[in-house]
Amino acid sequence: MALPSYCNTRERIGYYGYLGFCTLVFLFLIAPILIIVPLSFNATPYFTFTEGMLSLDPEAYSIRWYSDMFSSNQWVNALKNSTLIALSATIVATVLGTLAAMGLAANNVPFRNTIMAFLISPMIVPVIISAAAMYFFYTRLDLSQTFIGIVLAHAALGTPFVVITVTATLSGFDHSLVRAAYSLGANPIYTFRHVTFPLIRPGMISGGLFAFGTSFDEVVVALFITGVEQRTVPRQMWSGIREQISPTILAVASMLILMSVLLLLTLEMLRRRNARIRGIRE
Amino acid sequence: MSRELTELDSVVTLQKELSKSKGSLKSQLQRAERQKQIRSLLLILPLVCFICVTFAFPIIEMLYRSVDNQSVPKGFPNTTQVMKQWDYEGLPSMAIQQVFMAELRERYADKTLPKLANRINIEVSGMRSLLMKTGRKLNKTNALPVNHQELIKLDKRWAKPRYWAAIKTLSAPYTLSYYLAALDMRYDEHGNITQQPETRQVYVDLFTKTFGMSLAITLICLVMAYPVAYLLANLPDKKANLLLIVVLLPFWTSLLVRTTSWIVLLQNQGVINDLLIWSGVTTERLAMVHNTFGTIVAMVHILLPFMILPLYSVMKGISPTYFRAARSLGATPSIAFIKVYMPLTMPGVGAGALLTFILSIGFYITPALVGGRSGQMISNMIAYHMQTSLNWGMAAALGGLLLAVVLALFYLFNRIVGINNIKVGG
Repeated sequence: MALPSYCNTRERIGYYGYLGFCTLVFLFLIAPILIIVPLSFNATPYFTFTEGMLSLDPEAYSIRWYSDMFSSNQWVNALKNSTLIALSATIVATVLGTLAAMGLAANNVPFRNTIMAFLISPMIVPVIISAAAMYFFYTRLDLSQTFIGIVLAHAALGTPFVVITVTATLSGFDHSLVRAAYSLGANPIYTFRHVTFPLIRPGMISGGLFAFGTSFDEVVVALFITGVEQRTVPRQMWSGIREQISPTILAVASMLILMSVLLLLTLEMLRRRNARIRGIRE
Repeated sequence: MSRELTELDSVVTLQKELSKSKGSLKSQLQRAERQKQIRSLLLILPLVCFICVTFAFPIIEMLYRSVDNQSVPKGFPNTTQVMKQWDYEGLPSMAIQQVFMAELRERYADKTLPKLANRINIEVSGMRSLLMKTGRKLNKTNALPVNHQELIKLDKRWAKPRYWAAIKTLSAPYTLSYYLAALDMRYDEHGNITQQPETRQVYVDLFTKTFGMSLAITLICLVMAYPVAYLLANLPDKKANLLLIVVLLPFWTSLLVRTTSWIVLLQNQGVINDLLIWSGVTTERLAMVHNTFGTIVAMVHILLPFMILPLYSVMKGISPTYFRAARSLGATPSIAFIKVYMPLTMPGVGAGALLTFILSIGFYITPALVGGRSGQMISNMIAYHMQTSLNWGMAAALGGLLLAVVLALFYLFNRIVGINNIKVGG
């Protein structure tokens, strides 16, 4: 990408213009997320940098919004609910999604593409439609406003990610390894535990993380089918933003950003590990 | 001795078995293949059932709701029968009117009328008050009106054919009226399909606006993503991976967090307005949030990674030798870029653009929070009918139309890109 030394001024201007444009796009992507973090330490209840903050006066910064968050029953409860719902939904989605992906890996499955399209559809259908449909159905089954209802709904929304990631992992999977295990006398369960599972684990974990993230961030279905007792963090944020946006929300947002950084790092680690296991050099 | 014999026996049977199957090695192979197939299907089955029950069936049920009209024929079974004799000419005969009035009184007495009246009121406004008032009056007196004058005395609106027409139109068990309404059309007093009066036309405009905004967002994303993806694909891996984090972090950050940050940044007393005033670009604070502008900015930010990532993965696979070959054959850099490089990136452009467009026409959260009055999209109208106006049939019909568009695009995506090439998170 470096500029050759023989280029003329016009090319030089074009090149730096291009780099400038790219920098602006990167700024556009990252700045709105990063700017939330310092703003959440604002000592005053405003959403902009005060003079004190700009001159780095320690008095202008405080952690009051964080202590607000952790002392508020609503937020702590919401965090508990979200974690519990997301974990349960992730387990359901990962187990079902992995099984299905293993089935889809065989090359002679009839209607493979149609089945795949069907299994991915929860990711494609606009969430408002899913939410409205689930509202009618789950209310009729008395599942709305229950823990099970929201877990089932979130699991359905999370499975496409598991199916996609595990299928991708399996696409490079050498099936003769399984046959080798069989020929050495291993039964299917033993083979799965000691041969297949270690190889597809990175795909399962990243699919699971996606499912977890989907559930942890989901608000529309939660709006329609949860009651007060299953209030999740996004649901709580939603009403916070709609009614009266308070700086506590910025503190919550910063925590969520920290969480996504951690998720991202975990995924990157998994990707590298996966590449190493298969002997792909970076 | 006997033991040896039996063993010999079993050897003979085994030999027979082998010789039998030898001829049909092909069928054995087929059987093994079929077993494998069944095993695969059994692995897929649990998830297919799960998605059917928790996701697909609810959607089908919702679509059924968009054409379902059982409540009126069930509430007025006799009227439904006799209405068949009336052909929208003038007023229905006195016999039909009396059947209806009798049933109206019954429904008022067993208190199911309000629900029915609400349903009919969706079609012709004013019907609720008309039905409730007539029902109340009929309930007070024992006698039914015997002639037209007495009926009009109950309420003079019964002299207008359009109220009778509404009852006839709704006496079919299935109706297209929700879909017609979603396309700004309705049944007129002769049972024909006509345009809604102009003051009541909202949905076609909203669909057009949703498509227009989605198209604008897709194009803006493409213009911003193409150069960036090119840079990422041509940088050395170490630097590219570092910059990819800048793309992936927003992708992984909660949608609500990103929407919140745009509200905070763009609002009247927000950081961007502060910056603009401080730098002297404007002297007045600009209204950038709670309108279409805010929605588009926030949605571009949210959807940009979905455009960059497919473009990046396609560009990464394009060998630089093509470009060099074009140059060596005498093409200027720009011609080589346009004629050789860009056509090679088209799969990425198609995948990214379709994905961005599909995601943006169904967007709900961001328009609801940032859109204000002018930035609303079709999803927000669905939510309005679900939660506020409680016109669930209408919500279902709008959802059905949106779903049809999305599925058509998804089909196109599958044909062009291939479903197996969907990747998540780079």
